[in-house]
Amino acid sequence: MGVRDLLTFRNGVHPPENKHLTEGVRSRRLPFPEEVILPLSQHIGTPARALVKAGDRIERGDVIAEAAGLVSSRVHATASGTVKAVEHWPHPSGSMQPSIRIEVDPHSTQMQRPRLVPHWDEVPPEQLSEEISKAGIVGLGGAAFPMHVKLRPPADQPIEVLMVNGCECEPYLTSDHRTMLERPEEVHLGIRIVLRALGIDRAVIGIEANKPDAVEVMRQTAPADLDVSVQPLKVKYPQGAEKMLIKAVTGREVPSGKLPASVGALVQNVATTANVARIFETGQPLIERIMTVSGRGVRNPGNWVIPFGTRLSDVIAACGGFTDDASEIVFGGPMMGQSQASLDVPVLKATGGILVLSKDECKRQDILPCIRCGKCLDACPVFLNPQLMGALARVDRFEEMVETNLNDCMLCGCCSYVCPSNIPLSQLFAMSKIQLSRLKAA
Amino acid sequence: MTGIPILDSALILGGVGLFFGFVISLVNKRFRVWEDPRIVGVEEMLPSTNCGACTQPGCRAFAEAVVAGSQQPSDCTVMGPEDIDDVASYLGVDAGEANKRVARLLCAGGKNEAHREADYSGFETCKAASAVAGGGKGCTWGCLGLADCEVVCLLDAIYMNEDELPVVIPERCTACNDCVETCPKDLFVLMPLDHKLIVQCRNLLHGDDAEELCSVACNACSKCVADAAPGLIEMVDNLAVVDYEKIALADPKAVSRCPTDAIVWVEGQQFADSAEALERRAV
Repeated sequence: MGVRDLLTFRNGVHPPENKHLTEGVRSRRLPFPEEVILPLSQHIGTPARALVKAGDRIERGDVIAEAAGLVSSRVHATASGTVKAVEHWPHPSGSMQPSIRIEVDPHSTQMQRPRLVPHWDEVPPEQLSEEISKAGIVGLGGAAFPMHVKLRPPADQPIEVLMVNGCECEPYLTSDHRTMLERPEEVHLGIRIVLRALGIDRAVIGIEANKPDAVEVMRQTAPADLDVSVQPLKVKYPQGAEKMLIKAVTGREVPSGKLPASVGALVQNVATTANVARIFETGQPLIERIMTVSGRGVRNPGNWVIPFGTRLSDVIAACGGFTDDASEIVFGGPMMGQSQASLDVPVLKATGGILVLSKDECKRQDILPCIRCGKCLDACPVFLNPQLMGALARVDRFEEMVETNLNDCMLCGCCSYVCPSNIPLSQLFAMSKIQLSRLKAA
Repeated sequence: MTGIPILDSALILGGVGLFFGFVISLVNKRFRVWEDPRIVGVEEMLPSTNCGACTQPGCRAFAEAVVAGSQQPSDCTVMGPEDIDDVASYLGVDAGEANKRVARLLCAGGKNEAHREADYSGFETCKAASAVAGGGKGCTWGCLGLADCEVVCLLDAIYMNEDELPVVIPERCTACNDCVETCPKDLFVLMPLDHKLIVQCRNLLHGDDAEELCSVACNACSKCVADAAPGLIEMVDNLAVVDYEKIALADPKAVSRCPTDAIVWVEGQQFADSAEALERRAV
């Protein structure tokens, strides 16, 4: 099959991939830090409710915060030690958020307390999503949506196919790539468990064609008794966006404002499925994951297994520190990631990568007036008019932006990437979404 | 017809004109809406800023409300006392109790007090900056100093001082709520001018953690709570909160022992002006 025959979606962009920095680096475990900071809000939805107080002794894997409501997620201790405080701490979102600070016991073996988990094949499917909820699993692709909510689709929209997202279309990031290469059995077992929870029997693993080794490994390890196919996809950003993946694989377009269930699909990231397998194999809840530490601003880029709550400064120190021209730190990929203002912020469940960009890598150019060239319209994968929306955002006309379908914008950043006037359009749209929710709350 | 073309057309057009004139005069009699002439009178006396501070959508609507008696002339915060009296005597109603309110900033951490953790580059507005890692200031509750409020203020009542903090000029402020709505950090509140005890901080950290971020942050030491009348000030989430129901008990003594000057006694304007700023205001 030639490159032209690969499945994909319309529009999108081709940013430099820069994955060579870390794609061949085997993941290693980061040493346990002296302190972990676990915000109560590491997911989309209501923040969890803290169950511990200062002075409590806790073991790795203990529940320290309970889900508050349906769209919420548990938080588990990612290291054994003593709770120092429950207080406000810098959060990667850029605000101060209530967080549980744990002083890690330097003498602990960091073995987790044994936990009883039923065998996945012997319990009814409903209990599987219950166990997944108890393990605090959220989508690890970046949005951190609590997974158990996705496993209970509306009754009138049955799921037909599970799509496992191994696209990893963000430049630099290689954590999903390494997960597929190093833990293919876990990914496949996770798929098996999710299929059982959903009561369906078909899964497709979508992988961008720039990871031929991952395609090969996933094909070889695919169990013979399951209908799991591996689908190589064209290398194009944002191929890994939920709706783009569905469009590429099935040709179906998820309608505006609807969930993927409306076209019978459910998308899970490969790292998420691998972590589902971990619950049932070892009893381990979601307390750590593979993260890519990359960019030309850090001395030793690599892939690391990092416990959540590790401070950014500890991660950087373990990776050899900054180079002299380190300029900007981003959690996530360069297209959609969040810039960080503090080295004290902890890494969270949804942090797939930590990029330290050098001066050459980040584009800091003057913002020029829009010349109406229309490049952003050709780049937008959801067919919006970023030029018009940007003009509205700059004059605070946020309500009108809803009519131009701001809610369909997923902040992929394609428009900002192609803009010849360097207008940070996706920043404006992120801002507009924040302001709209403020208006709604008022 | 007469056979003379020019007469024909004059007759036809004249007839049509007469007919429609008759219809219009009939409609004018039948469907006339009587309007209180005082509404126009009051509207002409109002400042026509359409600022909305009176809670009405504009000065015309306010004039209707005043004539109807549902609002009092003093609810207009833009007019001076003489203008209010004019309106009141024109209508023969009570002027109402003038209760001047102004916008107050609940942050005193300008660039000299609160440090920046990271540089922000991009659109120089508070709203845009706050969408990127909260704007890069160490204190994520604090004022970003990029002047969204100065831009939105229709009455030029806000200007940025050397410390990159917005200064509200009480004489010009009409409490129209525009700055309150625009501030992405929700730092503005509208307060009666005679509420002089103000906690100029929103930081929820405690002790040294708060002071590390900003030298004028409330560090929750509770000295003001002890020094004020019982129940007037309370510590809520590491922040001193004044109960304005009991503001009559307030006394400048409460702020005297504050180690960081987070709680202040404000007479008139919040932040001091430099000579240069005073000069600019005079222009």
